[in-house]
Amino acid sequence: MLVAEHITKRFAGVTALDGVCLEFLAGNVTAVIGENGAGKSTLMKILSGVYPDYEGQIRLHGKPVRFNSIRDAQACGIAIIHQELNLIPYLSIMENIFLGREITTRWGTLDQKAMQSKTRELLDKLNLPIDPDTLVAELKVGQQQVVEVAKALLVESEIIIMDEPTSAITESEVAVLFTIINNLRRENKAIVYISHKLDELFTIADRYVVLRDGKTIESGSMQGIDHDALIRKMVGRDINTARRKTTDRVHDALLTVENLCLKHPVRLQENQLRNISFRVGRGEIVGLFGLMGAGRTELLETLFGLHSKRSSGTVSLDGQLVRVKAPADAIRLGMALVPEDRKKDGLVLGMDVQTNISLTALEKVERAGLLSQSKEVALAKQYIADLQIKTPSGKQAAKNLSGGNQQKIVLSKWLATHPKLLMLDEPTRGIDVNAKNEIYKLILQLADEGMGILVVSSELPEIMAISDRVLVMSEGVLTAEMAIQDASEDAILKAAIPKSMSE
Amino acid sequence: MQLTATTYRPFLTRFQSLIALFVLCLGISLLSDKFLTVANFWNVLRQISVNVCISTGMTLVVLTAGIDLSVGSVLALSGAITAGLLRNGIPVPSANLFIGFTVLGAMLAGILTGSVLGWFNGWAITRFKLPPFVATLAMLTIARGLTMLWTEGFPITGLGDSFTFLGTGWFLGVPVPVWLSGMLVAIAVLVTNKTRLGRYIYAIGGSESAARLSGVNIDKIKIVVYTLAGGLAGVGGLLVTSRLDSAQPNAGTSYELDSIAAVVIGGTSLSGGRGSILGTVQGAIIIGVLNNGLVLLNVSPFWQQVVKGFVILLAVIIDKRTEKE
Repeated sequence: MLVAEHITKRFAGVTALDGVCLEFLAGNVTAVIGENGAGKSTLMKILSGVYPDYEGQIRLHGKPVRFNSIRDAQACGIAIIHQELNLIPYLSIMENIFLGREITTRWGTLDQKAMQSKTRELLDKLNLPIDPDTLVAELKVGQQQVVEVAKALLVESEIIIMDEPTSAITESEVAVLFTIINNLRRENKAIVYISHKLDELFTIADRYVVLRDGKTIESGSMQGIDHDALIRKMVGRDINTARRKTTDRVHDALLTVENLCLKHPVRLQENQLRNISFRVGRGEIVGLFGLMGAGRTELLETLFGLHSKRSSGTVSLDGQLVRVKAPADAIRLGMALVPEDRKKDGLVLGMDVQTNISLTALEKVERAGLLSQSKEVALAKQYIADLQIKTPSGKQAAKNLSGGNQQKIVLSKWLATHPKLLMLDEPTRGIDVNAKNEIYKLILQLADEGMGILVVSSELPEIMAISDRVLVMSEGVLTAEMAIQDASEDAILKAAIPKSMSE
Repeated sequence: MQLTATTYRPFLTRFQSLIALFVLCLGISLLSDKFLTVANFWNVLRQISVNVCISTGMTLVVLTAGIDLSVGSVLALSGAITAGLLRNGIPVPSANLFIGFTVLGAMLAGILTGSVLGWFNGWAITRFKLPPFVATLAMLTIARGLTMLWTEGFPITGLGDSFTFLGTGWFLGVPVPVWLSGMLVAIAVLVTNKTRLGRYIYAIGGSESAARLSGVNIDKIKIVVYTLAGGLAGVGGLLVTSRLDSAQPNAGTSYELDSIAAVVIGGTSLSGGRGSILGTVQGAIIIGVLNNGLVLLNVSPFWQQVVKGFVILLAVIIDKRTEKE
């Protein structure tokens, strides 16, 4: 039905997709799998018209097409259901479904009756017997997803792309969703199903396409392949990355965390983190793996003092019990956090490179209580040289640099505080291979100099390459801890998959 | 040297408000011979000094991506408190006491009033996570109501020569209000460019979450900024009251709009993180010159408002376009 040929997409310096070829068949569920950063979401954004500029060709029913906008793609029968649902909570189901394509009477007013009956018809078909006037905010996430499907069906979509549809819904809701998908398959729709949860794919998908580093690795029938082979295809690669030399060195304890809990911000009975205990040694690199929603980011944020009102448990640094109430405390104690979203949380994008670097260490560039321009320039120069940040000058706005160089600025601003413990959340997400390697080298070097390092990553090869020890989280709990010699990608992934899903 | 688009573009962008101001002055002086006189020069500067005071505080607030709608009412209450204390003092009948105020004491009390109201704005915004628009809108009403209560709806007049010197006097050939607002601007420029506080203000406006993760105490900085804005509105209140030798209960009505206009025309982004005090001063001068020119040209005050509105639109449109480049 839809064939994509040699799709290539570049973002300022980063090749996100590199000659991707694939095919979606009518009446088939095609699973698109790959690690984070493999290019899945970029591909989907091209197919749904979000990115109109790319190289290569897409053919629909044999005819070449090019989508210049989401509307274009919709008009050609392609609907996408995003992981974060695109519904307006305070509008009703009917209003959401018909948003932008309302039926009007010949007086120009809304034809409520016609829309209501059409909505009811769609909801019946999808086994969601709910009043069309119900507000979307009152629905469960699974039901909201069904509303999204109804939206797709209203425009008679031929191809329905679902991005991680089961990441936020319960098992019974998954069962409902699968029934719906099966019905759609029977109606000869092409379903594209993106998921990390391999087990699900064996239940629902007919075919698979594996993406890795922006390239299509392989595609085929689900029947001819098993779970382990699929994982190998996803992660197995020859990466020429900097790699931690495994030694039997013993690390003095730097950070000790005991029984750390974090309450859910809204549902106070629930815990986002439950009884987490672990330690990080001086000069040790601890890799923390978990799937999306496992609580990895929350763990780092809690240690950094961002959730002090909701957290409990004890944290010691250098053998001293510490209470971190705010990031300023954490910084004073020698902690640093390189956040996941560097554009939003890591940098002030509109500020220049040198201002970003000095932001955490302004007291070091003061002279007689006033900021000294020359000291600030010197500080920035030092890190621009040390980390080989590619920028015309320290006065360049951070937003004009590439992802890798931006990440180096974030690292610089934290190194300027001379931390004992460096926490990194997805340090190489969206960064090209070279910059990635430079960042790995830097991390290894810092550890050799005695810094304790805690790296969160959802990229297994990254964890395997640089860690001394691996922690695995799932659903807010530490599910495994292994020395790197004993760790395998299989074992890590098994510990990371939520129990409620794998059964 | 040949001027190409690439060579003069940055120059235009950098000095766009100064160029606009120059063109404006040139235009008015061609149309009116009263414009380019020494007397009128000081007159314009004296008139804008109130707006410069308020807008200096407003710039700090807007740089954090906030807004302060209450400055006009805060100005009125501060002026009224000062005038009331000067005129009537505080009688304490139960102890058969009367507390009188010196000029300086009454002035400090007025500035303190503004600061406390500003602090309250900051506290409400950070403690209850209110949008600044809403919190300061509430303060606009509260402070106006308090002004009416304090003055009982009547002007407080007859405040004495030593107090009116502040608004009407001259020092070394320059009007006192111009000295005062000039000094406040100089301090504010120093604070924004050369201190941690200033840097943090820009960082919060640029990305609040990045600033928080960098160890900036967001709440504290915001409270400081709103307190300063209130205090500076208080200074504005003293100038207005002193100039008229009278605290009017409805003083400062809609001053917040002139102030926001000065900030915006001066190139400060309402979404925060970008802009400068000196830009705002230029904005205030442009508005002042425009007002003055339209009066000199006998343009009806109704038309003045229309023209001012279009100037604001024009300034923001130009600013948006340079931002993209």
